[in-house]
Amino acid sequence: MKQFWYAFLLPLLFWLTVWQGAVWYLTAVRGLPTTEFILPPPLLVFRTLAALVVEPVFWQTALSTLLRIFCGLLLGVLTGSLTAICTSAWRWADRLLSPAVRVIRATPVASFILLIILWAPTGRVPAIVSALMVLPVVWGNVSRGIAQTDSLLLEAARAYRFGRWKTVRLVYVPSVLPYFASGCHTALGLAWKAGVAAEVLCLPKEAIGTQVYWSKIYLETPRLFAWTIVVLVLSFLLERLLGACLSRLERRPSL
Amino acid sequence: MISIADITVRYQDVPVLDRFSLSLPSEGISALSGPSGCGKTTLLRVMAGLLVPDRGRVDLPAPPTILFQEDRLLPWRTAEEHIADVLPRSGRSEAGRWLALVELEGEGGKRPAALSGGMRRRLALARALACGGGTYLLDEPFTGVDEARAARILDRIRGLGVPVVLSSHEPVVVAMADRMVSLSGPPLILKDL
Repeated sequence: MKQFWYAFLLPLLFWLTVWQGAVWYLTAVRGLPTTEFILPPPLLVFRTLAALVVEPVFWQTALSTLLRIFCGLLLGVLTGSLTAICTSAWRWADRLLSPAVRVIRATPVASFILLIILWAPTGRVPAIVSALMVLPVVWGNVSRGIAQTDSLLLEAARAYRFGRWKTVRLVYVPSVLPYFASGCHTALGLAWKAGVAAEVLCLPKEAIGTQVYWSKIYLETPRLFAWTIVVLVLSFLLERLLGACLSRLERRPSL
Repeated sequence: MISIADITVRYQDVPVLDRFSLSLPSEGISALSGPSGCGKTTLLRVMAGLLVPDRGRVDLPAPPTILFQEDRLLPWRTAEEHIADVLPRSGRSEAGRWLALVELEGEGGKRPAALSGGMRRRLALARALACGGGTYLLDEPFTGVDEARAARILDRIRGLGVPVVLSSHEPVVVAMADRMVSLSGPPLILKDL
């Protein structure tokens, strides 16, 4: 409880105070009649959030976005890992695929969103965009993990006649796992940012990004803040879930 | 007969072994001795087929198994799993026997980080022995192991009936070998019982 207080509640209280202080500065010092359109007070945002949460459509919207991001993350992690295995195992695959992955990494997310809107159904755009953002991160980390696998352990595996599958299971997988976990953590944040940005631009039927877009159009800034908090909470929950799965794997790393 | 004929190995043009030849009986324990850098590890690696010499050939009666100079244990595997990993599926229950041979009974559930340096060395030795093979090539098998224990373990290894070529700096280990080969200067079998 003490750790929860110092690690979570105290920083949260500090930033809420800063937020409220900025609102006070704008109204009391700068003389704005209301800050609702540019910086709504925390209490108003939480009241808006409370009103949102009781609507059934809120849960549908939040779950739809969560599912899209999760699918995108999963797709990106799978394709990124597979690409890393291929580019590490075969020189021809490295020559063929590595430049493509580097192009994906360097391309602005907005370009991808606008292109994929043309090629894919609206509902699938956020997941595809998330996957494209995740792929290069996971590819880079897994490739580095494979390259950094201890050559002495690999020589020992050969000397003790492990065979290919056993070497992968007992040496490569545990060596690569910390790199993979680090890549997944970084990729998760990117998946959320890119996925919600894609929703804002392609406006699927039930999506947090769509709600954010309409809040902006109708100048409903407290609602915009409330949906942003929802994204933060969902991202935090997904990160905790992912962290729990990965630390379980790291406790028992060999397959 | 273990036959090493006309071996040359160079590291960056510096010869470590230069036209080195040696014949050893394929039974008992042969100890390689000599100062650091005289080529003991290189010779064992060539014999194990891990290092291709610039010239020469090695003939062993059967495929060998090497114990590396470093422990090379997997930090994520327990002692028992290390042994089971090199045993055939049907023989995994024998892991305890190999751990007992190196006096690691009761330590099977521990990972390398939970073992002392000497215990890790003994685990690496047990893994190499469990792996089997026609000749054991043991590079400094008793580093960090006390002399009395090393002598007991070496006696048990002799009982396995597999020819052993080892390198060691421990006088007690060299004294227990059936023959000692000095690698300082031209190879010289100093003792052959």
